[in-house]
Formats: sequence, structure tokens, C-alpha cells
Amino acid sequence: MAALLEGTDLRKHFPVTGGLALGGARAWIRAVDGVSVHVGEGETLGIVGESGSGKTTLAKLFLLLERPTAGALSFDGKDVRGFDRADLARYRRAVQAVFQDPYSSLNPRMRVEQIVAEPLPRDNGMGRAEVRRRVGDVLELVGLRRESAALYPHEFSGGQRQRIAIARALVTSPRLIVLDEPVSALDVSIRAQILNLLKRLQGELGLAYVMISHDLAAARYLATRLVVMYAGKVVETGACDAVYAEPLHPYTQALLSAALPLHPSARRQRIVLGGEVPNPTSPPPGCRFHPRCQSALPQCRSEEPAWKEVRPGRSTACHLY
Amino acid sequence: MAAPAPLLVVEDLRTHFFTRHGVARAVDGVSFTLSAGETLALVGESGSGKSVTCLSLVRLVPEPAGRIVGGRVLLDGEDLLQKSRAEMRRVRGKQIAMVLQDPMTSLNPALTIGTQVGEALRLHQGLRGASLRERILDALSRLRISAPAARLAQYPHQFSGGMRQRVSSAIALSCAPRLLIADEPTTSLDVTIQAQYLELLKEVQAAAGVAVILVTHDFGIVATNADRVAVMYAGRIVEMGPTLQVFDHPSHPYTRALLRCLPEIGVGTQELVEIGGQPPDLSRLPRGCPFAPRCPERQAICDEAYPPMVSIDDGHVTHCWAAAPAARQ
Repeated sequence: MAALLEGTDLRKHFPVTGGLALGGARAWIRAVDGVSVHVGEGETLGIVGESGSGKTTLAKLFLLLERPTAGALSFDGKDVRGFDRADLARYRRAVQAVFQDPYSSLNPRMRVEQIVAEPLPRDNGMGRAEVRRRVGDVLELVGLRRESAALYPHEFSGGQRQRIAIARALVTSPRLIVLDEPVSALDVSIRAQILNLLKRLQGELGLAYVMISHDLAAARYLATRLVVMYAGKVVETGACDAVYAEPLHPYTQALLSAALPLHPSARRQRIVLGGEVPNPTSPPPGCRFHPRCQSALPQCRSEEPAWKEVRPGRSTACHLY
Repeated sequence: MAAPAPLLVVEDLRTHFFTRHGVARAVDGVSFTLSAGETLALVGESGSGKSVTCLSLVRLVPEPAGRIVGGRVLLDGEDLLQKSRAEMRRVRGKQIAMVLQDPMTSLNPALTIGTQVGEALRLHQGLRGASLRERILDALSRLRISAPAARLAQYPHQFSGGMRQRVSSAIALSCAPRLLIADEPTTSLDVTIQAQYLELLKEVQAAAGVAVILVTHDFGIVATNADRVAVMYAGRIVEMGPTLQVFDHPSHPYTRALLRCLPEIGVGTQELVEIGGQPPDLSRLPRGCPFAPRCPERQAICDEAYPPMVSIDDGHVTHCWAAAPAARQ
């Protein structure tokens, strides 16, 4: 599969400055620290991990909301650093986003029509009637009525608002949508509606998704490939089904076992992780997961594990393999 | 097994909100009981009335819009709804304690952890000085805050999310309450931290014998921690029973739909079953069953009258016409 979006050794470090530290940064938060990922046309890449694992920063790099400290990002084989204005405009149309909270991601003072039409470039060559038709079309696509365009966000429930946010992402006919926790803010009964909608749209429009999630079940439902992040690094990748069936990295194992059972008699073997995600300004030496790892070996404390393809399509960074 | 007198009896509780758009019947006839040491999960969508039910129990419904308009809340036989404000202040924090969803907003950012954990102990038990300090340290270490002595002078921002929620819980449990109300305590936590917290809650609860009302919309949490579950819809309990019973024999179409629409980790990626439509407007509730417009098993009678309580099994009840074939005639 040709990569639509490819990141190579991406790094994003944020400076930590004191109140009046004119002398520069006191420390660096290494939010994303050497991540290589790719997303193919029409596939869903799931990125899972705890808060502080760097998944949202990675999403911002994809959306060009943050520029990487180091590493390369390329779209359709072209490096984004070499983009001119026209390339950039094209990229912004081709890559759209849906955020977690549809209460804060929609401007309460704008009508749905303005909200949904906003990503369309000003010089789109479309007349007002044409813009209106396009907005109506995408609203229907996400299961809302065309007349919704005249209303304000407060007139909709949470699930409907998320549909509006999805319509806004679709209006430019994108090829890739970054979904940052698209259902975490919604009620359980509404989650299924939105997940089904996203899946249907992907089938109909051939969209690629990058889905950031800490909800492992939701990620499983949409994702074809999975990237597991911990403290700014990727610890494991593979086809989604394979990772869920047989997680290789001890962190992935713990993360999957921490997910709650769906039936009271399902007494699964639980690996309850002690401790917390490490401080991103001074991650532990060696493997970043070793202080919480139950299978840590002596070399995990000092030596950073190399990235290995353990079996076809399954890679992990762990000294156990 | 002789049933001991329940710790908490809630009878026909009604809390309404009086707004410009009409009267929203947020809680509309909720009844349940809870014994010491037991965990009851209140499950439902936003707007189903689970949080307002909890606020009503401690009489913290936002006034003047919200008012408890009927019912009884008996704690150890005493009706909390008849108590004066001053008496209620002695109940809150001492006999009934709460843990809220977001520990970042429920803790005061400007006060040290020691001050906040000690507040209830000073007010309710009049502790001062060394004995107060000892109890604070005890409360923190019971919730596994490491090096509590060094932590006393720190502020909430110096704690991680999981630790903040444990501090909130330490505050709640500091005066050895009889009843703990936990309103979505793990919604803002990561999965791994959520698992840690739920384990700890179970342990602490068993040790202290405290009864817990656990508000959640996550059936995974119900499956892990609850002895009994009450499913709420549009201000009423539509089904209630022992957790295992409700999971194995869900008797209300709404419960069945909720259980079916969960994506499951172990299962493949077949299409999820949706619940169509939206929850009803609480100020324009229909005469019949409020779930009827979304219900796959709707009958003519569902629009006519609210369904009666139907007993499914020992302690397992539901309000549904479809489950009450005899009552239809």
C-alpha cells in the first residue's frame, strides 16, 4: 500500500521556561521522540496510549498545527518542508480533523452553514448557492437534515454536534481525517452511532483515518493497523487484530488487560500497572517503560531497546524479543 | 441470609427544575435501597437523572431552579429531606461523602493537600494539631499516596490525575462515612489508572464497610465493581437488579440496547447496534413510556400509560409493558 502520509523519526520537543527565564529553556519536554509511522490510502491507523504518551502531539504534527523539532513528514511522497503556498492549501483541504469535544470545537455564535463551510477556501470559485448545496450535501451524508444548516450548535445534542464536526471535515472532500478521541465525550448509546457513521463514510468515500484514542474497544472497531505509544515513543505496531490477539510488548499487554470486562463473570487475568507515565522532561534511561514493567531485564535499565520486526508485520521495541 | 435493615431507603424521590421553558422532571419517582457495604451502580445517558439523584440525596440540588418536590430519603431511618440546613451540614462529609468526576476542579488549587484532607476532620471531629496530622496521614496512606508526610505541603497541581482522584477519595473517606457517592470517578482517568483506582476503591470499601453509589455510563465499571445495578432513563429507574442477573437477563429494551451497542475488545468489527433517536426532552415527557419512541418493542399501550413495575426474579425488577404480558389486559 502506498503511503499517503509518512512520518520518519518525528520529534517534537517543547521548551520548559521559568517565569523570567531569558536564558532559554530550563528543560525540554520530549512529547514525541523519534516516531516513524505511515498511513496508507483508505486505511485507519489507530494510535493508542495513555495521556502523556504523545499521541495528541503526533496528531498536531500531522495537521501541521505544530512543526516537528526534527524528522520528516511527507504527503503523497512530497516532503512538507518543501511545500509552497499552493501545496499547503492543498494539504489543508486533503487533511482534516475531528476533535474530541463537540461542545468546544463548534463556535456557538456561528450557524451550522458557516461552521461547515468554513474549511472551504475563500477563492473556491463556488457561488453562494453552490456552497449552500455542498453544505446541504455533506449534512445529509452525516445523517442530518439539510435544514439544519440554518440552526446554531446549541440546538443540537452531543451526538448531532459531532455529526456537524464530521460534516465540516468532509466539506473539502479530504483524503485523510485525523480523529482525536472522536467518541470519548459522547454517551455510550451515541458512540455506536458515530462509530458506525465513520465506518460507513470510510467505505463510501475511501477516506483514510488516523484515530487517536485511549478507548481500546473503539480503536479496535475502526482501526486496521495499530500504533501503541508510551512516553513519546512507539512501543509496538501491527495489524489491529493481531495486536489485540497477541500483544507483544509488556505495555501493550498491560494496556489491554486494564480495559474493563463487559461481563461481570469475565474474570480475566489482570495486569494492574503500578506507577504513572514518566515525567517527559527526564524520561528514565534505557527502556522508558522499565520502572513499571513486570518482565524487566537488567539491560532494560540502561540500554534502549532497538526496533525489531519480531514476525512479519509485527514490530516492537523490547529486549524480550 | 437474614436481610439487615437497609442503610439507605429512597422512596419516590422527585426533583424538578423550574425553567422558562417549563418544568424539567429530572428525577421523577426514583426508589431504591442500599445496605451497608454494598455497591449500587446508577447507569444511564447524560440527562437520565443519575447525577441529580445523587445531589438530591445530599440536598445539593442547585436552587432556586431545582427543587426536591417529593419523596423520602431515609438514612438509618431518618428522613434527610426533613432536616434543617444546619443538620444537613453535619450529615454531609460525615455520614455521606462524595467523590466527583474531575479531581482537578473538585480540589482547591490554592490550598495544600494537607489543609484539604484535614478540613472535614477539623469540622466534624474537632481534631487539631498532632492528632489531626496523624489522621490526615492515615487517610492519605490508606489511599496509597506514597510518602504522605512529604506530600502534605504540596498543592494539587503537583499531583497526577490518578493521585488527585485518590486524594479526593481520601478526603471523602476521612470521617468514615456510612455512604460514599462516587459520580463518574474515573471518567477523567486513563484506562490503566482507572483499573488501579477501581481495585483500590473495592479494597477500601471492603475494609471500611461503606456503602457506595457508583454513577457511571460505563458497563465495564458496573461489571467490575457493582453488586447491583439500576438503569435510569428520563428521570426514572427502568430496571434494577443484581449485576449478574441484569447482564445475563436484561429485561428492559433500553438495557438490552445499551449492552448491545458497546464495542467489545475481544470481538471482531461487525456493525454496532445503534439506539436510534435521542433522549426525550425532560420538560415534555410523554404520557406513556418515555423510551417508547426509540424502542424496538413498542406496542400501542406504551404510548398510553407508564408501565408498571414487573418483578423478573428475586430483587430484579423492570418497568416495561413488553415484560408484563399479564398486565396488558
